[in-house]
Amino acid sequence: MSRTRTVRRRAADASLLAVAAAFVLPLAWVLLSAVDPHADLRVKAPNGLTFDNFDAVLTQDITFTPLLNSLILCGGATALTVVCAALAAYPLSRFRSRLNRPFLLTILFATSLPITAIMVPVYALFVQIDLIDTMQGTILFFAASQLPFAIWLMKNFMDGVPRELEEAAWTDGASSLQSLARIVLPLMGPGVGVVTVFSFVMMWGNFFVPFMLLLTPDQMPAAVSINEFFGNRGMVAYGQLAAFSIIYSTPVILLYVLIARRLGGGFALGGAVKG
Amino acid sequence: MERPTVTPSGVAVAPRRPRTRPLLRLLPLSPAVVLLLLFLAGPIAYCAWIAFTDLQLTGQAESSFVGLENFRTAFTDEAFLNAVWLTLVFTVVSSLIGQNTLGLALAALMQRASKPVRTLTGGIVITAWVLPEVVAGFLLYAFFRREGTLNAILEWLHLPSQNWLFTLPILAVSFANVWRGTAFSMLVYSAALNEIPKEITEAAEVDGAGGWRRMWHITLPMIRRSIGTNLMLNTLQTLSVFGLIWVMTRGGPGDRSQTLPLFMYEQAFQNSMIGYGTAVALLLLLVGSLFSVVYMRLLRTEI
Repeated sequence: MSRTRTVRRRAADASLLAVAAAFVLPLAWVLLSAVDPHADLRVKAPNGLTFDNFDAVLTQDITFTPLLNSLILCGGATALTVVCAALAAYPLSRFRSRLNRPFLLTILFATSLPITAIMVPVYALFVQIDLIDTMQGTILFFAASQLPFAIWLMKNFMDGVPRELEEAAWTDGASSLQSLARIVLPLMGPGVGVVTVFSFVMMWGNFFVPFMLLLTPDQMPAAVSINEFFGNRGMVAYGQLAAFSIIYSTPVILLYVLIARRLGGGFALGGAVKG
Repeated sequence: MERPTVTPSGVAVAPRRPRTRPLLRLLPLSPAVVLLLLFLAGPIAYCAWIAFTDLQLTGQAESSFVGLENFRTAFTDEAFLNAVWLTLVFTVVSSLIGQNTLGLALAALMQRASKPVRTLTGGIVITAWVLPEVVAGFLLYAFFRREGTLNAILEWLHLPSQNWLFTLPILAVSFANVWRGTAFSMLVYSAALNEIPKEITEAAEVDGAGGWRRMWHITLPMIRRSIGTNLMLNTLQTLSVFGLIWVMTRGGPGDRSQTLPLFMYEQAFQNSMIGYGTAVALLLLLVGSLFSVVYMRLLRTEI
């Protein structure tokens, strides 16, 4: 390796490490404060090591109920999203129709709409049709908001499954739904996995939707209940806040790690739309 | 490695298929279409209607059609214009400049850096991105508070500290959005840079083009489509940020970090004016649609 190249590599390393150091500070705060008996707002070496913060938040009210609510909300909505997206993607991927192009364009358009903007009318609508403050209403809206992207992603994965494999089944008289369930979906297992995990992660972290549509404290998912640490408890117990943040974030980080490979470098919405 | 791919034509070759009538074949689309119509298209249409009424949260049972009144109010309302301005600052600073430039810089540096450094930096930046919005809000709140980490560092360097969330709230939330959103640009640009054939940059290097010139004359033109899509997606995402700002400042102090989504929320719920709040939402939606259309034009060859 040439000398200039080594120098360049060192310079690149140094710059990246500087950025990494700046980025890591807020993350370090949450990790250190969670085990610090005297946590405050700055990054510092813990003043002793304790798991009291975790102990304090691992109660029915603070952790288990909100996490269970999150699981019901996001699990339900994800299941609905994935089933609807898989069904919808099949004709779009397999059959030629004049409706395909306009439909896909509409989906792509909807993918990038700022959903935040419609939350006020959604609230007003939900009050009218009596879905406000219900889990099922929130699940339905969550699923609808995630659907455009899920259909788009699912169709692209499905296009990757060769058609020839289905033809044998078709000659044997299988219906489209049978070949979708028995042949296409099993072959695109990893793709279905990505759509599932991605939808789940997006909903798990979403704050505004449950914040608007749910009112009863018992129904709040973790995304909203975490606010309680600030609200009516007076003094904020930062150590506990940090501990809860870690508990609440861990599932999505693990899930992301699980699918990161599949998503590949350029993934993301990027990957789906960039091709 | 499997990656989502778009077939170049999008329209598949006519397959041999079970003999079903064309309409029946579209049947599997129906659950998705019903959900989308009821819970996405429905609210958007409803949005377009109540934006022209004086619907209120409480008291009034009936609402009436008021035409463009809400929009007229908005454009003479200083608080609204303030929110527009702050949204503009927030979007330009955090998305167009921050996430985009930093993301590109990180991706470019990663091309040269050693593997462990690349993995470490990538991991940290991506973790910031994967964290739930509210958690990210808390972490940055802790970072910018008077007794927080940023001031601790400044004091250590003997620089003046201040209450950032009070003195420069819109910049604090913009930086928070950079912290949270840069990973996306980094991933998009890393993929784009990896697709540039090595020979091209090497040829330019042999011809004596320096790093900046290569970046400006070769790399940037070659990834311009990625730049376009990335800018669009970043902007759309940034336009709809609510939780991050809500957790950090609630739009305050006063209304000094109140971007349009927070303004919309305040009008509709704190001031109980759903009609007015929705008019603001409709404007936000229109701006979003505009970006969305431009974004689709950028991708038009791919469907």
